Amino acid sequence: MLKYIIKRLLMLIPVLLGVSLIVFLIMHLFTGDPAALMLGQHATEAQVTALRESLGLNEPLYLQFGKFLWQLLHGDLGRSLMSRRPVLDDLLACFPATIELAFFSLLIATVLGVTVGVIAAVKRYSFFDYLSMIGALLGVSMPIFWLGLILIIVFAVNLQWLPVAGRIEIGLEPARITGLYLMDSLLTGNWEAFFSAVRHLILPGTALAAYSMAIIARMTRSTVLEVLKEDYIRTAHAKGLAKLRVIYHHALKNALIPVVTVIGLQLGFLLGGAVLTETVFSWPGLGSLTVNAILASDYPVVQGSVLLVAVVFVVVNLLVDLLYAYLDPRIHYQ
Amino acid sequence: MSVEISPQLLRRNKTSLWWEFWDDFKRNRIALLGLIILGLLLIVAIAAPWLTPYDYQASNMPQSLKPPSAEHWLGTDELGRDILSRIIYGTRISLRVGLEAVALSLLLGILLGACAGYYGGITDSLIMRLMDMMLAFPPLLLAIAFMAALGRGIENAIIAIGIVAIPEYARIVRGSVLSVKENDYIQAARAVGNHDFQVIWYHVLPNVMAPLIVRATLGISAAILEAAALGFLGLGVQPPEAEWGAMLGSGRAAIFSAPHIITFPGIAITITVLAFNLLGDGLRDALDPRMKQ
Repeated sequence: MLKYIIKRLLMLIPVLLGVSLIVFLIMHLFTGDPAALMLGQHATEAQVTALRESLGLNEPLYLQFGKFLWQLLHGDLGRSLMSRRPVLDDLLACFPATIELAFFSLLIATVLGVTVGVIAAVKRYSFFDYLSMIGALLGVSMPIFWLGLILIIVFAVNLQWLPVAGRIEIGLEPARITGLYLMDSLLTGNWEAFFSAVRHLILPGTALAAYSMAIIARMTRSTVLEVLKEDYIRTAHAKGLAKLRVIYHHALKNALIPVVTVIGLQLGFLLGGAVLTETVFSWPGLGSLTVNAILASDYPVVQGSVLLVAVVFVVVNLLVDLLYAYLDPRIHYQ
Repeated sequence: MSVEISPQLLRRNKTSLWWEFWDDFKRNRIALLGLIILGLLLIVAIAAPWLTPYDYQASNMPQSLKPPSAEHWLGTDELGRDILSRIIYGTRISLRVGLEAVALSLLLGILLGACAGYYGGITDSLIMRLMDMMLAFPPLLLAIAFMAALGRGIENAIIAIGIVAIPEYARIVRGSVLSVKENDYIQAARAVGNHDFQVIWYHVLPNVMAPLIVRATLGISAAILEAAALGFLGLGVQPPEAEWGAMLGSGRAAIFSAPHIITFPGIAITITVLAFNLLGDGLRDALDPRMKQ
């Protein structure tokens, strides 16, 4: 297993290099002249030329990429054109909010998706099965930002059960330890902050989870149905085991192995989808930062945030592969 | 000794394959429903100028944010424009973005996938590693990055969404090319002097069409959702064009006083995407031999 992990970690290096290359090329080949963008409309030609020289933009592209990589390895992503702060500082300030939202959504999607999928499979062709699969079909067809707006209208404006926007009520922010409000409030024993953070997470978390929930429910249903046809399930029934025991101990454990992969892959979708959900709910995360940076032509921030999400996506995919190899004894570590 | 197959026999064989597919497909009522919805949407898109009760771009401030009424069936937006007329015109944009983006990714995906699979070696490695790298990004985020670089507008949205989906098609085509290229009929086609392009076009690609058609149909729904997302963020189609996502984005500020403004464009997106998903699922069931068992 250790050899397999080391091999997979080594394979991560070219992928990360490739990801950096793609982000670098998109930002350098298509965005025009970064020096002119940085100086704004009123800059003179001489000023732009001087800045191009000092930034090394007149050098060949491969040298620029080499410099970019070198700076990247030293944690230097440049400076934001808007805030004038290092891009890394801006990213790290927003990243916990996005991670908290994405993991909360993943939790909702997994718990509800797996539960619905299992019940739909066990009660195949029942009313619940049809209803849940129609719901799943709608879940993959509905734009998540629209669902977010509908949830705001129903639960925040009409029923007034939950807050419209933000991460927590103003003044209740827990002392910063990790930047994740749920964890920080738990670590400091601040229950008021904890419940406020949970209340603020429910609507954006549900909107973001809808698509993944639908995918997980459909996948769980089909894998459980496959497993229920197996001989060893018939044997378990024939031995006189209780139905629930057969489902939990014999069917579910085998059926959920491929579901784990789907769940893991959904985290990547959730990180991408967070851009939309954060915009709808004014969630101060990486998504909002990216959209604002694009609208303000702040390319260093766009470059940094896209790179950060891609790296997280790649690392999560690797972890899913390792988890899959660990869970499924049929996979050899070669 | 040579064997001659009459053109009539070939035609009958092709026709019977088509009928076999249609028989399988039409038995799936839900997929048929998807096809009917798409047919209606296509009619709406083509006949938009005759169906719209008002000019979809004409502002009428005294009429702004009016709820649905006999005069304006779906109400008016923040500039007093008729929402029904804008949704009808939006059908054109959404279908155009979906179809053109998928056409772009299909074209480049087939080209890259066929080259990678057919030539193998360094060509294969270079192309497929590039595809792997693109798959390392969440699709929407990569599309957003392209939009940041290319600038806003419908054409750039089509390019961004199209480029992002290329790896999926390239992988399908490459896999199929690899599985058929060593077959005798491919060797025979080469031996009689066909160019590489002729071999790929006439002998390899027809074997890949089934999974490609299914993927492309589902790809259109993904492209429509991504275009709506870009429009919502203000990066895609620009005002005063009536794109459904952009309508949701511009109407967002008024949701507390006039919730109808975001309700109907969202329903339009959901119905269109749902129809393509139903059709895609139906095509997969009819074209995939494993699903028939």
